[in-house]
Amino acid sequence: MRRDYDVAVVGGGLVGAALAWGLARDGQRVVVLDEGDMASRASRANFALVWVQSKGLGMAQYMGWTVRSSDAWRQLAQDLRAQTGLDVCFERPGGFHLALGEAELAARAQRLKRLHNQPGAADTSVEVLDRAAVERMLPGIGPEVAGGSFCPLDGHVNSLRTLHAFHKGLHLLGADYRPGHTVHDVVPAQAGFRLMTSRGEVGAEKIVLAAGNANMRLAPLVGLKSPMQPNRGQILVTERAAPFLHYPLVTIRQTDEGTIMIGDSREETTDETMLDLSIAAVEADRARRMFPALGKLNVVRTWSGIRVMTQDGFPIYDQSERYPGAFVVGCHSGVTLAANHALVLAPMIARGRLNADLVGAFSARRFDVAKVA
Amino acid sequence: MSAGANPYDVAIVGAGPAGLGAAAITAGAGLTTLLLDENPTPGGQIYRAVTTTPLKERSILGGDYWAGAALVAEAQASGAEIVGGATVWSLDASRELAASWAGTSRFIKARRVILATGALERPFPIPGWTLPGVMTAGALQTLLKSSGLVPDGRLVLAGTGPLLWLFAAQLLRAGARIEALLDTTPWANYLRALPHVPAFAISRYAAQGLALRREVARQVEVVSGVTRLRAEGQGGLASVAFAARSGERRLMADVLALHQGVVPNVNLAMAAGIAHRWQPAQLCWVPVLDAAGNTSIDGIAIAGDGTGIGGALAAEAQGRLAGLAAVAAVAPERLARVPDRQLLAQALARAERGRALLDQLFAPPRWSRLPEGDTIVCRCEEVTAGQLLEAVGIGAMGPNQAKAFLRCGMGPCQGRLCGLTVTELISKARGVAPAEVGYFRLRPPVKPITLAELAAMAHTQRAVAAVVRE
Amino acid sequence: MLRRLLEEGQRVRLTIDGKPVTACVGDSVAAAMLSCGLRYCRTTPISGEKRAPYCMMGVCFECLVTIDGINNRQGCLIEVREGMRIDTQLGRRTVE
Ligand SMILES: Cc1cc2nc3c(=O)[nH]c(=O)nc-3n(C[C@H](O)[C@H](O)[C@H](O)COP(=O)(O)OP(=O)(O)OC[C@H]3O[C@@H](n4cnc5c(N)ncnc54)[C@H](O)[C@@H]3O)c2cc1C
Ligand code: FES
Repeated sequence: MRRDYDVAVVGGGLVGAALAWGLARDGQRVVVLDEGDMASRASRANFALVWVQSKGLGMAQYMGWTVRSSDAWRQLAQDLRAQTGLDVCFERPGGFHLALGEAELAARAQRLKRLHNQPGAADTSVEVLDRAAVERMLPGIGPEVAGGSFCPLDGHVNSLRTLHAFHKGLHLLGADYRPGHTVHDVVPAQAGFRLMTSRGEVGAEKIVLAAGNANMRLAPLVGLKSPMQPNRGQILVTERAAPFLHYPLVTIRQTDEGTIMIGDSREETTDETMLDLSIAAVEADRARRMFPALGKLNVVRTWSGIRVMTQDGFPIYDQSERYPGAFVVGCHSGVTLAANHALVLAPMIARGRLNADLVGAFSARRFDVAKVA
Repeated sequence: MSAGANPYDVAIVGAGPAGLGAAAITAGAGLTTLLLDENPTPGGQIYRAVTTTPLKERSILGGDYWAGAALVAEAQASGAEIVGGATVWSLDASRELAASWAGTSRFIKARRVILATGALERPFPIPGWTLPGVMTAGALQTLLKSSGLVPDGRLVLAGTGPLLWLFAAQLLRAGARIEALLDTTPWANYLRALPHVPAFAISRYAAQGLALRREVARQVEVVSGVTRLRAEGQGGLASVAFAARSGERRLMADVLALHQGVVPNVNLAMAAGIAHRWQPAQLCWVPVLDAAGNTSIDGIAIAGDGTGIGGALAAEAQGRLAGLAAVAAVAPERLARVPDRQLLAQALARAERGRALLDQLFAPPRWSRLPEGDTIVCRCEEVTAGQLLEAVGIGAMGPNQAKAFLRCGMGPCQGRLCGLTVTELISKARGVAPAEVGYFRLRPPVKPITLAELAAMAHTQRAVAAVVRE
Repeated sequence: MLRRLLEEGQRVRLTIDGKPVTACVGDSVAAAMLSCGLRYCRTTPISGEKRAPYCMMGVCFECLVTIDGINNRQGCLIEVREGMRIDTQLGRRTVE
């Protein structure tokens, strides 16, 4: 049973679903091939920030690309709501990065300075605030908070509902979503590609690899590369509480449902089945020092997720020279960049060509350059 | 109270028959033994409050209940450190437990861990089951045992299973009035159970079970073959509606007590990473155990109803056997001081006799396990059966994607009251076996703890480095 | 909704939603509330629906109440104490 598609998207997480949704809206016949229910899916484990400050140290183009997505998110949220009835609760009140103690504040200011001194850096209007200024916006901070940075472009969203909305949208657009179809091989064929999955073969004219860290293995099959270096993050979440935190922080945010999410570590392991409680304890401790009132809340769940991470931390968007119908898309911040993926990148892929002016900097060829240099 | 001998030879979670039996053996053999239970007093569900109950009239709860007093006394005399009000909220493969009591959490290490966390009542997702006034029959029994409280007003019992009849009899003996007992056992179950009659006839369940039925039926209207059960009311129970042979009926009611059997309480074991499998006869998840009762994690055993439903006597025998295995592993030279393995194995076999019939006869019907439409599946997050089916329709293959889409199983109960329903509904919708659908991925804390309590636990250098990165 | 079989147990005094009541030593908070005639102990943080203790064994979290000012405590696992202040839990807890 072989059905033909204009495009097969490998991976149904936030990146794959956003691209597939954008492609389907563009009139493409789309199939999404995904793993099963127990898959390691960063889209189910993320912190749901649409985040601008601190992005792009080492690649100024990434700053601009991030700002662009942050600006496009409102449109995306509206489109999803109009189509699916699901409110993904995108908000952009601006966001904080708080410092516990003067040393952390100085390090923060230093980092932002380096970020914005890069040639071609985008204007994010980020500013470093002292304790008094922070306290005016965030009453209830603990005595150790020395200050922080604030960026008016930062925001957050309900990322699980976003995943739900993309999938519902795909369904409504008539795209085929096939979970339980782990792709283990891709064979370039005469007019397109044959994808070998755990439940049979699928054919498509174009393919988009959006399989997270598995892109590393799949990309070489179609003349692409995607060097990855995954790591693990752990998150805690509390019971629902009445609204108390009106701005997201990089490590603490209150969701539209009222729960408070606290993140998020970075560990050099990729075992997501286990948890390090000592890390949860440090995260809880820092959250309590930032907002002492949080101490009384009940933590109801914790989880760890494996970050999709390229080797330099910046997105990889590439098109195969040998097999021009093959694309690879991989990045860490799939929530933040969802608007770009759905509204900007997907139409390029539908046309069959990545626009080098917009996304040329994200080609994986940069890793060759790095090796030569 | 501090955890005195940490690290312990043996740590046991759950002070029901299984945990008490295990502690009696290991502490009796001189192993340092810590027995933790989140209830204030030992006894588990069956022997709930056996040392503190205000009920002096022994006939109300019956001899099987009071037998627990001797077991509690034996465990208390064994030298085990027994801590009540202690919630174990994490366990990992290195046999490190995290437990909270008296407002503080601590890590506890043990050479052997025995989980005896028992069972909970199977979800009973019918329309209106979240209304105040609807509770489990076991909840009413707990109120009776712990506080000597009985329902006042019109009480209706509904469901299936041997415990339902026991609960009814105990309530009647305590002077409660029961308007009706709505038996939902499907007629077809009687046929399916037939082949198991010979083994059952010589078990202790047979005589006891029939006597209980007679006792209840003498005093209460028993309606058999009940289907389409609903609880009705605005902001509280007003009436119970159902279909029976005689047609549709509606009873005015103040309390509706639901029960359709018990299922293993798997949260802690699953969060520890212990492998489980679907048990088709009991329609629930059970841990995968080897012949000696070991789980997939070295040094962690499970005993009692947490391994599959076997009842209190089987639980106690399993607990003692697990205790014995712990002694053999930690201090084989002390084996002379413990009872003979053979005798315990025989007691277990006796206790398990007749179980197969109970499983067949009291298998809950499909309609009361597989709700439809607006009926709530996940009580915490108020997710309905219809929403769940819609999620399956757009591609959720299993409970974890459904949870991501709908939040079912994300509330404080962590799926205890919806997990089986979610697995079975997805299984039905997709036309595949529950084993293929799978279960929620569970993680610590298996019970909520305060942020402050978590924050106060040990911070390793590595942990600090993983969190503070700038 | 519930009646006590024996009245001789040792009593403790508490308040429920500000009203002075008595319960027996050994009662859980949930049992005490039901024995005082309360039909429900909380409203949900989602739809605001009324809920009452369902399992009485610590697994369903329907018995969440405010005890001595601390929100969302599991009433069926906590024993009453002299002078305890119990309040129904209305919707989401507060952070203060
Ligand atoms: C509500 C109810 C009422 C019942 N009534 C009867 C009856 O009257 N007669 C009868 O024959 N059978 C009854 N049963 C069945 C009977 O309880 C079991 O067959 C028997 O108790 C199994 O023994 P156990 O030791 O395996 O588990 P249990 O008796 O359930 O003991 C397990 C213990 O572990 C504790 N625990 C669980 N998780 C944790 C944790 N994370 N941290 C700390 N402690 C934990 C629990 O509080 C509990 O005390 C009842 C079951 C239920 C659910
Ligand atoms: S009544 Fe179920 S947890 Fe308390």
